[in-house]
Amino acid sequence: MRLIVHNMLTCNVKGVVNKFPLKIVAEKVVKKEVDFNLDFLWHMLAKIEWKALVDGARSLGYSELPDHAEALESNESFLKKFHHALLELHLEEGSLVCKETGRKFPVKKGVPNMLLHEDEV
Amino acid sequence: MWFLCVFYHRLLDFRKPEVEALAELFGEDESIQWRLPEHHHNDTPFHFVQLSSEDIAQNIAKRSILVKGMYELWGQGASYEELKHSIETFPDSRKLPFLSSDSTFRISVETFGKALTFDEQRERINSLTYIPFQGKVSLKNPDHNFFIMEMDESEENNGLQPILQRRIFFGREVGFADRKLLPTFQLKSRNYLGPTAMDAEMAFLMANQAKAASGKLVYDPFVGTGSILVSAARFGSMTMGADIDIRVVRDGRGPDCNVWSNFKQYGLPTPVALLRMDNNLPPWRSGLKEIFDAIICDPPYGVRAGGRKSGGRKILRGTVDPYTVPEDKRTDHIPSTGAYSLVECVHDLLHLAARMLVMKGRLVFFFPVLRDENGSEVKFPEHPCFKLVAVSEQILSSRYSRVLLTMVKVEPYSEVIEEAARLMHLEFRENHLKWLEEGNIHSSVFKPSDSSESHTDTKSFKDPKPKYRGKYV
Repeated sequence: MRLIVHNMLTCNVKGVVNKFPLKIVAEKVVKKEVDFNLDFLWHMLAKIEWKALVDGARSLGYSELPDHAEALESNESFLKKFHHALLELHLEEGSLVCKETGRKFPVKKGVPNMLLHEDEV
Repeated sequence: MWFLCVFYHRLLDFRKPEVEALAELFGEDESIQWRLPEHHHNDTPFHFVQLSSEDIAQNIAKRSILVKGMYELWGQGASYEELKHSIETFPDSRKLPFLSSDSTFRISVETFGKALTFDEQRERINSLTYIPFQGKVSLKNPDHNFFIMEMDESEENNGLQPILQRRIFFGREVGFADRKLLPTFQLKSRNYLGPTAMDAEMAFLMANQAKAASGKLVYDPFVGTGSILVSAARFGSMTMGADIDIRVVRDGRGPDCNVWSNFKQYGLPTPVALLRMDNNLPPWRSGLKEIFDAIICDPPYGVRAGGRKSGGRKILRGTVDPYTVPEDKRTDHIPSTGAYSLVECVHDLLHLAARMLVMKGRLVFFFPVLRDENGSEVKFPEHPCFKLVAVSEQILSSRYSRVLLTMVKVEPYSEVIEEAARLMHLEFRENHLKWLEEGNIHSSVFKPSDSSESHTDTKSFKDPKPKYRGKYV
């Protein structure tokens, strides 16, 4: 699971208010190279919740991201860090934890399981 | 500029929509015009299409699955005399640049519906002496490729309309199909398959309808083995998929036989994410919207694979209250899922697309239809955010077909629109009640035919499908 998708996920258990972002508990993190695509990065930059990305990256062991998204979108070194955090860090094993209820969504073999149990629906 | 577009004689309904989608992808602003050659019907391989430039024609041909080639027409006629006259009237200023002495060329003869001997082909090529070819002939990789295409008159054939007069075309090739694409990606050599894996040809067609391209993010909410995403990835998109069945999406059949390995097999970038989730209860954060450039999918119709959503069937019916699984059994518990009708599934899909697609983004999905002998109007699901731009039918059996619907997002999502959409959904569901009465589409497809129909009254039993149309035509 990459941070791009962590940035989209919430805890959708019935009644929960503080759903986003989910805390990452990392057990196994892998780095995989991905081709750099400027159009894609710019498109994503507009949609990403920055703070969640920065915190998520720290949980995966990467602290190079600036606290605020650069206004200069063409800054190459910034874009490279953004690309790395967004797409190249993989959470293979671990879990995503809801900050309000502590409910754990397991991540196994890189796939997060967001399915709710019968009593959470 | 008008070009001669020659199609493969396959998946007839899909041909023009594919070209139209690709034209838009490669820069056409206005909708493109089509014309038929004289005496030809709509199912002919030959169509004239108006495009802004040769570059666009070339790009379309190269990426298209159903276009055999695009040609600049130099002449046409019902006989070789008429052809000569037609070519002679084609302006020299358009011809001479491609006939120069420092270029290489080749002339090929293609016939449709018949075969010619080598001598017959040569005779036709030699009849073109009135064209001042200055260059040298090269059969391998010539600079310019010319084609004589001949199609004879034909009678009505298994429901295919007749062609009243022979037609001969002469053109310069400006674009041709990538013939290596399908053999490379065909399912029979695919690493990880499932029962509903999308056929490679169809998956590429869907990716073309969705205008998948580099820099775009494509989502499949019913990803299964990833067959649709593989095609989108081949065309350069970043991909993302979700499924409610965790065994398919996470485990596959082993560490080297799963969705990820399907991408690695072709050297394609793996999806940015694969998730296990329920489309009926999605976990997206509330501010998230307009993030996908395209959503391409094949939702479960309930015929060979049924949809599922959260909540066991007893819970959904209210027979049993939601139960709590004890703490120690929770980690590996696989939550019960219940029946998820096609209508509800499509409503959720439209809702997802309305919110998550960028403006002008495309939703491309299959929808099953029962083939009515009366040929009554079929109603498709609608949503106020979307404009339906293409409907292509693939006939699966005499009882049912599936149609590929292409919808473009034209209105931004809002609460107001969501209310209007909900009402549209209720109305649509009403009209689908007849399926629900018969049980569902599954039983309609698989019920044995009435013996009275086929034995006694052969006159009134009409096969609604003309014989020349089948699953691949």
